[in-house]
Amino acid sequence: MDWFNIMVTTVEAAVGVETVFYMLAAIGINLHFGYTGLLNFGQAAFLGVAAYGLAVTVVTIGLPFWVGIGIGLASVILLALLLGIPTLRLRADYLAIVTIAAAEIVRLIFRSVTFKDYFGGSDGRYGFSEGFFAMNPFSKGEYGIGPFTFNERVTWVLLIGWILVGLSCLVIYMLMKSPWGRVLKAIREDEEAVRALGKNVFSYKMQSLILGGLIGSFGGYIYALGYASVQPDAFSTELTFYAYTIVILGGAARVFGPVVGSMIFWVLLVFIGNLLNELIEAQYITWMSVNQIGAFRFMLVGLGLVLLLVFRPQGIFGDKREIALDAR
Amino acid sequence: MHAETKPTDHKAAALAAFKDLQREPGVTKPDPILVVDNVVRRFGGLTAVDVKHVEIQRGSITALIGPNGAGKTTFFNQLTGFDTADAGEWTFNGSRMNGVAAHKVARSGMVRTFQLTKALSKLTVIENMRLGAQNQKGESFFRALLPSSWRAQEDEITARADELLARFKLDAKREDFAGSLSGGQRKLLEMARALMVRPELVMLDEPMAGVNPALTQSLLGHVKDLREQGMTVLFVEHDMDMVRDISDWVIVMAQGTVIAEGPPDTIMSDARVIDAYLGAHHDAPLSEEELEEQLQEAEAALEAEVEEEAGK
Ligand SMILES: Nc1ncnc2c1ncn2[C@@H]1O[C@H](COP(=O)(O)OP(=O)(O)OP(=O)(O)O)[C@@H](O)[C@H]1O
Ligand SMILES: [Mg+2]
Repeated sequence: MDWFNIMVTTVEAAVGVETVFYMLAAIGINLHFGYTGLLNFGQAAFLGVAAYGLAVTVVTIGLPFWVGIGIGLASVILLALLLGIPTLRLRADYLAIVTIAAAEIVRLIFRSVTFKDYFGGSDGRYGFSEGFFAMNPFSKGEYGIGPFTFNERVTWVLLIGWILVGLSCLVIYMLMKSPWGRVLKAIREDEEAVRALGKNVFSYKMQSLILGGLIGSFGGYIYALGYASVQPDAFSTELTFYAYTIVILGGAARVFGPVVGSMIFWVLLVFIGNLLNELIEAQYITWMSVNQIGAFRFMLVGLGLVLLLVFRPQGIFGDKREIALDAR
Repeated sequence: MHAETKPTDHKAAALAAFKDLQREPGVTKPDPILVVDNVVRRFGGLTAVDVKHVEIQRGSITALIGPNGAGKTTFFNQLTGFDTADAGEWTFNGSRMNGVAAHKVARSGMVRTFQLTKALSKLTVIENMRLGAQNQKGESFFRALLPSSWRAQEDEITARADELLARFKLDAKREDFAGSLSGGQRKLLEMARALMVRPELVMLDEPMAGVNPALTQSLLGHVKDLREQGMTVLFVEHDMDMVRDISDWVIVMAQGTVIAEGPPDTIMSDARVIDAYLGAHHDAPLSEEELEEQLQEAEAALEAEVEEEAGK
């Protein structure tokens, strides 16, 4: 068994592209769900719309990279408005239903044969990231510490990714220290009480939906650039549920909850995957094959989430006091 | 504790305003802050509210009483934009309020509390209070990111919140989560928080329910203080002793309609009110005390009538 390889890939998973892109998706979910109490089950659509906004603008229309980024962000705001205007005045569960359906609709449009000329069908789009890598300050080579290294392209994506994570956390931190954040947290507790105090609840929920969607969309860009391609199935509902798992794992309504949550989530997932892989290759495990690892990991995520909710519902950073109060 | 025992200017003014009023439902008041016309709210076949005309006198304490299910809370919900009336118009300070969203109603100076208290459990007591303040710069998204733009205002708000907390004896709980307060303390917090809005009209839905007698006395004092500060108070209450103690005028609802209006000391002897409260059991008192009460009330009513005759 190659323990060294398991160790290296596991450690790299703590900071890798996948971790960062889920982290950003989860920071957005944390704003929606953790701070505002909005059940947005369509976060995948926000990431997808941003990533496709970039890809389509550059590849299909032939406009420059930065225009693609701008169109992606504009599409995210438009999507938030489209989802929010009809549902944010209704009870919380309506948003959940509408967003989960909308995310699937968005994915199916991206993957449809009808729009293959625009979105590239199930193959998706590639060849839109040259503008980004043209700005790469890292020359060709490997960067890192000891055995943990990334090539110049991944290093550049990760640098930008972590800067976006840092900025997002800073913005969330500042907002939650402000009266704006106070209104959001109050809405999470009881909308009517907040209305009775003269606050426009609808407007705050909309602002939260847009901001969380925009932060999530950074994750979409990191994905698109990290893999230099977009495929519709990367933005399935699974992404959203992983992001929720990450938020709950790290602790909802905590600034660094999603950051730590995503790192732990991916370290565990990669470690278990690699370990199983090695054990199967070495014939220690014979009751399952290598191609079943993915599904098995999925089951473990579900089991882990259940155990987490039973034994530590407040997550790693959560405040037990805040959870316990619900029992009253 | 409170200087409410000797009649003050505001109390005297309120009493004077009501002195010559007819004791009829829908009677017009000299200076109404709230005027309500033909408000109807139905739930399926049930007409929960059907109020023809009601006015609330500015600067007074008006009690809204009525048996359980009379429609008092539903009426509050219509007026404050928390529910949509099937029909009706009402004006607050002369401007139309029907169809106006709840948060705009609150901003215009008409602030209510809830029968089932809505303390924001996972916010601290002081944060609950701060939330009530209006026109906060830091509540706009972009300025929230510039603490220097809202710090000074936040300090002012905090100072005002601390004053109110001290008045409501909640200062020791300042940093506690509102969810850790007792039921009575939550009532106090909700009332104090409503005052942070700087309302002109405070609408309290059973503010004393679940509050212990000692605290009730100080709560009554607070309500009277509101009138002294020039606010108008409309409150729902079941305890007639309290109603008698603090209100200048009483409006009685039953089965959705306003059935009687009058001063607190005589309203309970109104035949329509007795009817509404006792219903079919009117002729058959349930207990000794109730019999006593009915007899006394009947006597009082008779006396009042005799006096009125003599006065003419
Ligand atoms: N959302 C609703 N749906 C259906 N019926 C309702 C609803 N809200 C209130 N009602 C009905 O309307 C009537 C008036 O209720 P309301 O709560 O206004 O009474 P109330 O005067 O406040 O009583 P209480 O003194 O017990 O608080 C009741 O018969 C109640 O069942
Ligand atoms: Mg009620």
